[in-house]
Amino acid sequence: MKRDIVTSIIGIVLFTVLLGLVYPLAITGISQVAFPGNANGQQIHLNGQLVGSKLIGQNFGTPVLEKNGKPKEVKGAVVTEADPRYFQGRPSATEGGANNAAASTFSNHGPNSVKTREANEENIKAYLELNRPYDPGLTVARIPVDAVNSSASGLDPEISQANAWIQAYRVAAVRHILRGIVDRLISKYTSGRGLGFSGEPGVNVLELNLALDRERKILVIK
Amino acid sequence: MTFTGWLTIVLFALILTALAWPLGRYMAKVYTGERVILTPLFAWPERMLYRVLRVDPKREQDWKAYAKSLIVFSLAGWLVLYLILRTQDAFWVPHALNPLGYHSAPWNVTFNITSSFMTNTNWQYYSGETTMSYLSQMIGLTVQNWLSAGVGIVVAVALVRGIVGRTGKSLGNFWEDMVRTILYVLAPLSVLVALVLASQGVIANLSNSLIVHTITGLTQTIAMGPVASQHSIMLLGTNGGGFFNTNSAHPFENPTQFTNFFEMLAVLVIPAALVFMYGRMAGNRRQGYAIYATMMIMFLGAVCVAYIAEAHGSPAQHAAGLHTGVIHGSGGGNMEGKEQRFGIAGSALFDVVTTVTSCGAVNSAIESFTGIGGAVPFANLSASEVIFGGVGTGLYSILLYVLLAVFIGGLMVGRTPEWLGKKLEAREIKLAGLGILITPLAALFCTALATASSAGRKSISEVALSKAGSNTPQGFSETFYAYLSQANNNGSAFAGYTGFIQPNAGSHGSHGITFADLLGGFDMMFARYAPILFALAVAGALAGKRVTPAGLGTMRTDNGTFVVLLIGVIVLVGALTFFPALLLGPIVQGLTGHLY
Repeated sequence: MKRDIVTSIIGIVLFTVLLGLVYPLAITGISQVAFPGNANGQQIHLNGQLVGSKLIGQNFGTPVLEKNGKPKEVKGAVVTEADPRYFQGRPSATEGGANNAAASTFSNHGPNSVKTREANEENIKAYLELNRPYDPGLTVARIPVDAVNSSASGLDPEISQANAWIQAYRVAAVRHILRGIVDRLISKYTSGRGLGFSGEPGVNVLELNLALDRERKILVIK
Repeated sequence: MTFTGWLTIVLFALILTALAWPLGRYMAKVYTGERVILTPLFAWPERMLYRVLRVDPKREQDWKAYAKSLIVFSLAGWLVLYLILRTQDAFWVPHALNPLGYHSAPWNVTFNITSSFMTNTNWQYYSGETTMSYLSQMIGLTVQNWLSAGVGIVVAVALVRGIVGRTGKSLGNFWEDMVRTILYVLAPLSVLVALVLASQGVIANLSNSLIVHTITGLTQTIAMGPVASQHSIMLLGTNGGGFFNTNSAHPFENPTQFTNFFEMLAVLVIPAALVFMYGRMAGNRRQGYAIYATMMIMFLGAVCVAYIAEAHGSPAQHAAGLHTGVIHGSGGGNMEGKEQRFGIAGSALFDVVTTVTSCGAVNSAIESFTGIGGAVPFANLSASEVIFGGVGTGLYSILLYVLLAVFIGGLMVGRTPEWLGKKLEAREIKLAGLGILITPLAALFCTALATASSAGRKSISEVALSKAGSNTPQGFSETFYAYLSQANNNGSAFAGYTGFIQPNAGSHGSHGITFADLLGGFDMMFARYAPILFALAVAGALAGKRVTPAGLGTMRTDNGTFVVLLIGVIVLVGALTFFPALLLGPIVQGLTGHLY
């Protein structure tokens, strides 16, 4: 018994040092040297400023202002409305406002819950209001599910291609650029299936939006 | 459903088998003391570890001595982890390793977390990025990811030695087995997996959170941390505790379509390899193949049900008017609580992979799965995780079922049951029966207590309560799943169920729900160590038995008939124990289109 206790204590201390300090620090160190971009979250800078991570979904909305000119807040989270010039990501159920990457949260909406239906209906309404003026044939049944179902992490950086194609009508019209250019950018920023079969293709919303901003003005049509 | 979805499932099964077979051969050599490819590299560190630990690896232990070392070691781990977590903001913690200055979680939540990580459960009432400092994640949680995995594996190895042993009472030496497991099995795989993941975008840094100024003028704070090292061992050791709250759905833990597939392989490779290892150590590889076939059949069955159910969509979606079929450019299905890059097949498969094992990592919200899709993880847990199961736990649990099946088979043909030449007698059957029934007992007892008491109902999420504030099938499912998952040391959750109210990041003003924290903690520890003790006792009882050569009348345990019998026993025990409870929750939801 005494023997077991002594060995256990030495063992825990030793393994804590080896597996809790040496191992994670070694992996972190090697990754920092070998894959610095990936190990630090694939940060994207624009004009020297950090504008996001390729992997973390963002809210492409603008703050809703109160009458006094201050941003409106509900429960400490800034209320936003979608910016029609940009592609919009998937609905996010994170606490403290959408796409809160400091505290990822599941939506935990049950399959038979009235609240799930209501959340879906609310997202459908917003999606139709935003896109139907530019795509008159858009109906509830045509909306891809990913556009109105909240993502698991609340930080999904991607949307389905079908979702992007519908939003492309709006983005092209608001930006006065050719639909063909938007489509070309969509396919450029679509990730393929892993090993050719795993998962679903997805369009990276942040990269797509940044690329749209970069499009030269020459391509603008009046 | 799509062709690529089904292809993913088929290829997964094939690639897994192709990887597990050689690993099983390797592990059989490791535990029989043969020379392996890594021996030149690790022989010296191994000797040094024995010297520092003051153990004599040659000293053989019977089952009681083996169990005693295991329990003392686990208790020491529990105490140290509790202290580390409770002193997270103490003066000796360098600022760089707690950059956000997080306080410790309250005592009751810490009790739950500690029990959870020590038992390989990794049930998480807390949310990683808003509760844990980098130091706690590293020296606290990561270490237990290794050690609890090791403990599971050595119990399986000891049981196999007992079953096949021909030399008296010895089951080997606990310390030697732990050291060899960590050095020869977990360490090389963990480093490999961590580096592959880091190369694909799983983050590995000690930076402060990123502050992003978005192009539409908003700010976003992005949590960072040393994720790759912890994520890798949590997958391989079937632990399942996420660095971040949303676990493997978080893009920093599971960034791409490829990593999703790779991570699923990492979860199942050791549990699958252990089965092949058993066949080799038993001196008859077909014994291993029969168990592998049993597991694979049940696994694929579960995957098919989950995939079809999720592809069909949920009643809430249909009530909102959505079309959930496949269209050009979208996979359709129930995408509530799922990530675009994984899609339906990648989410359903991941869900089954992590609930048949004790992993419990999730890449989608199980609570948002359809009734039938959500019944699949329930069924997997109800089968006591013998379908591959956790590292080690899966093998020792299914071997207890094999014992039971041999006994039942023996009764049916009217002969004394024999297994690998050893006569099974009352003592072994009693011990195996207790070992099998103790986990369901803990799960059902805790569920009953939690649903019947107002203290237990406090944990049910607001979303699962109906407008009238009464309980719904969803609320019952949440509760049942919580205690079933903790009893099986799984750790996945219908995540609305909570035991920790945390209004702000860093545990300021937070408090635990004592009832859920303590009940869950005891549930996990009881259902972990009681079956371990029974498994070791069975090993002890079998170890000393004389081996008689198989005769014409011996029932074979390595053919198709036995596979069918074994599946029958597993399904019967699971169904008889859990069916009434399952009816009240997920099955009601699966059979109705009614919204609550």
